Amino acid sequence: MINSLTSTPALVKLALRRDRIMLPAWLYVIVIGVCANAYTFSKLYKTPSSQAALAASARSNPALLFLYGRMNGTSVGALTAWRFGVWGSLFAAIMAIFIVIRHTRADEEAGRLELIGSARVGRQAPLVAALLTSALACVVLTLLLCALLPVIGLPAAGSVALALAIGTTGLAFTGVTAVAAQLTSGARAARGLVFCVLGLAFMTRAAGDAAGAAGPSWLTWALPLGWTEMLRPFAGERWWVLVLPLAMFAAGTWLAFVLAARRDHAAGLLPDRPGRPEASALLRGPQSLAWRLQWTSLAGWAAGFAILFAVCGAAAQGIGSLFGSSKAVEKEFQQLGGQSAIVNAYLAALMLLAGLCAAAFAVSAVLRLRTEETASRADPVLSGSVGRVRWGCSHVLVAVAGSAALLAVAGIATGLGYGLRASAQVSVGGEVARMFGAGMAELPAVLVIAAIAAAAFGLLPDACVAVGWGVLGLAVLVNLFGQSLQLSGWVLDISPFTHVPRLPGGTVAAQSLVWLCVIAVAFGAAGLAGLRRRDIA
Amino acid sequence: MANAIAATGLRKHFGPTKALDGLELTVRSGEVHAFLGPNGAGKTTTIRILLGLLRKDGGDVTLLGGDPWRDATTLHSRLAYVPGDVTLWPGLTGGEIIDLLASLRGDGGAPKRRQELTERFDLDPSKKARAYSKGNRQKVALVAALASDAELLVLDEPTAGLDPLMEATFRELIAAERQAGRTVLLSSHILAEAEALADRVTIIRAGRTVETGTLAEMRHLSRTSVDADLDTPVVLDGLPGVHDAMIDGTRLRCEVDNAALNAVLSRLTSAGVRTLTCRPPTLEELFLRHYSERTGPAQQR
Repeated sequence: MINSLTSTPALVKLALRRDRIMLPAWLYVIVIGVCANAYTFSKLYKTPSSQAALAASARSNPALLFLYGRMNGTSVGALTAWRFGVWGSLFAAIMAIFIVIRHTRADEEAGRLELIGSARVGRQAPLVAALLTSALACVVLTLLLCALLPVIGLPAAGSVALALAIGTTGLAFTGVTAVAAQLTSGARAARGLVFCVLGLAFMTRAAGDAAGAAGPSWLTWALPLGWTEMLRPFAGERWWVLVLPLAMFAAGTWLAFVLAARRDHAAGLLPDRPGRPEASALLRGPQSLAWRLQWTSLAGWAAGFAILFAVCGAAAQGIGSLFGSSKAVEKEFQQLGGQSAIVNAYLAALMLLAGLCAAAFAVSAVLRLRTEETASRADPVLSGSVGRVRWGCSHVLVAVAGSAALLAVAGIATGLGYGLRASAQVSVGGEVARMFGAGMAELPAVLVIAAIAAAAFGLLPDACVAVGWGVLGLAVLVNLFGQSLQLSGWVLDISPFTHVPRLPGGTVAAQSLVWLCVIAVAFGAAGLAGLRRRDIA
Repeated sequence: MANAIAATGLRKHFGPTKALDGLELTVRSGEVHAFLGPNGAGKTTTIRILLGLLRKDGGDVTLLGGDPWRDATTLHSRLAYVPGDVTLWPGLTGGEIIDLLASLRGDGGAPKRRQELTERFDLDPSKKARAYSKGNRQKVALVAALASDAELLVLDEPTAGLDPLMEATFRELIAAERQAGRTVLLSSHILAEAEALADRVTIIRAGRTVETGTLAEMRHLSRTSVDADLDTPVVLDGLPGVHDAMIDGTRLRCEVDNAALNAVLSRLTSAGVRTLTCRPPTLEELFLRHYSERTGPAQQR
């Protein structure tokens, strides 16, 4: 019998075959990340008093609450759930986004789905197969965590709760991504749309957690990621919270099918309008082409940065007033430097996050070169009177100027958000200027990451996507998790973000900033030299 | 300058695969030169070396008097290229891409000529490239190349995807370009296209040049394939100009030099013709019948 689901199993098999390297790699990274963290915590913090000390220092530091979430208990399990619950969920969500887009809109845009659809394949089978593949990955991830966490010595119930929290976040974003894949006609735009939702989810929960009881702590409830904390793994699990991500998965899937039934193949819901029959004076030469290709993405990033950092900046007000509950916390609080130092630490953590996000934009902007090359769109540019260095520089410049603009937006928005809500003795203009400087201080580190991606593009084109994102992933790992894992100094030192000053509050060492710039220029030059010498794919 | 393109002993390998193995190609200034070969023969690899996108592994090559790798940027302002598989930026309109390509080459973009060409090719320049069919993408690249003032046009299978009407338009335009003295390198796997347009032809196979010259020089290219079903068996022995005859009862297949066609046909009509098909041989047939022995037994079937 032929129905709308015919051949779904064959398509799932095809998807698994195509993802045979990517999928295990994702599962490995997430599972090892969570388990290694749990194992290290169980070794480092053996006694209840050392666990309580870590918990106390974390509770009194809104920067840590902002980055990792609220702490529900002081056991090793609770500490693990605090440190890697939200981030494990975040990675599971990113995995789901990549899987679903890859097998829906990306295939459709490339025309592969047309070939598949012409065979004896049900109308909804490709979408169902993509959802099943992603769901399967989430289930396997959950099962692996359920099996491994108790082996490390964590309580069984909490392990299952943490595993389910991470797995169901992946499911929730499977649903969201399925909807986004119906809306736009390009895979890149669809991916951007879901990443906006993911960024919003992270920032709402971060603002909610850092705000404390006095602030808008309900924000943590608003979207996934926060739900991971609300499930309270290892600290009196609230199992019913699991209904929220599962409902989101169900709703997203339902909506995706409704939308899919209403649109034509290869079309989005937002129709393509006719454009200019002639190029404007703004579209002349490779540099303006690079801007034209990337400005929509940059504008999206900038809008996201502006909103989220303004909200998080505003949440800085009131921090510190709510930590006076216990003697231990009070003491820790004073050690950290009191009210202004605490606020500064929080704002500096915000800027670190802005730096890492801006680096993600920079890597994607540089790697656009590779996309253009493999899609044969580099040929028409390079067969014009355009040298390779000029073409390479066109997208690298977008990465540099774009990430600088994003850091400026992050700094200014944070300064505005904090300054406008803070008490009268804080001047808004002063805060904006101070945070602008703090944001821009991250730029040299961002440039190093972007330059490594550019070097890989010139010298190792086949591996450049893996190298670019891998280096960024390493920086995230080192700077967000390195200290609590008590990694040795040289491991921390490999990330460029270790060498930028923690502003506001820290001291500026001009020398290290200059060195970062020198390293970035060296990598960039190596990449361009490689590009001049190699074959164009 | 006599030669727009001169390549001798050109070699290129990708890992263990030899893409080009001593290829020779000479294109004289002002001629339309057809560059023929079956799929995978190395046509596109050669063109990408000529454009400086790939680096040659051996041999010598000059393009418009310069080194295509070292002088790529300056040489490119004097040529225009139409790739075999045209991929465009999905978010840009056809008109924007035509103007962009002109500005990348560094010329003004000749708006009048551009207008005339979009009308002749019946192309809507206000559509986004994502909405174009394969043929329309091809037209965008063709308009951009033909509207340019480049002295050399490099066209890689330019009619793939065009309908017969547009193919005819394309042939008219290339004929006009030859009158105007432009040099054209036209890669193709369709012999009829070369016959209609080219002054000279280079045929390659498995990365090597098999034959080069005018079509008149290649007598075996101007043969006709004859398929006939007859009333009585026929004997063609002793007739000049008949090649590769295969007779199976009353069925006949053979190739006939055009000069000998009259004699063969009268022999056939005397045997009584039930059905008769005469057509020019396809390039693939030529390769199977004429070149397989010369270039080794690898592709003999």
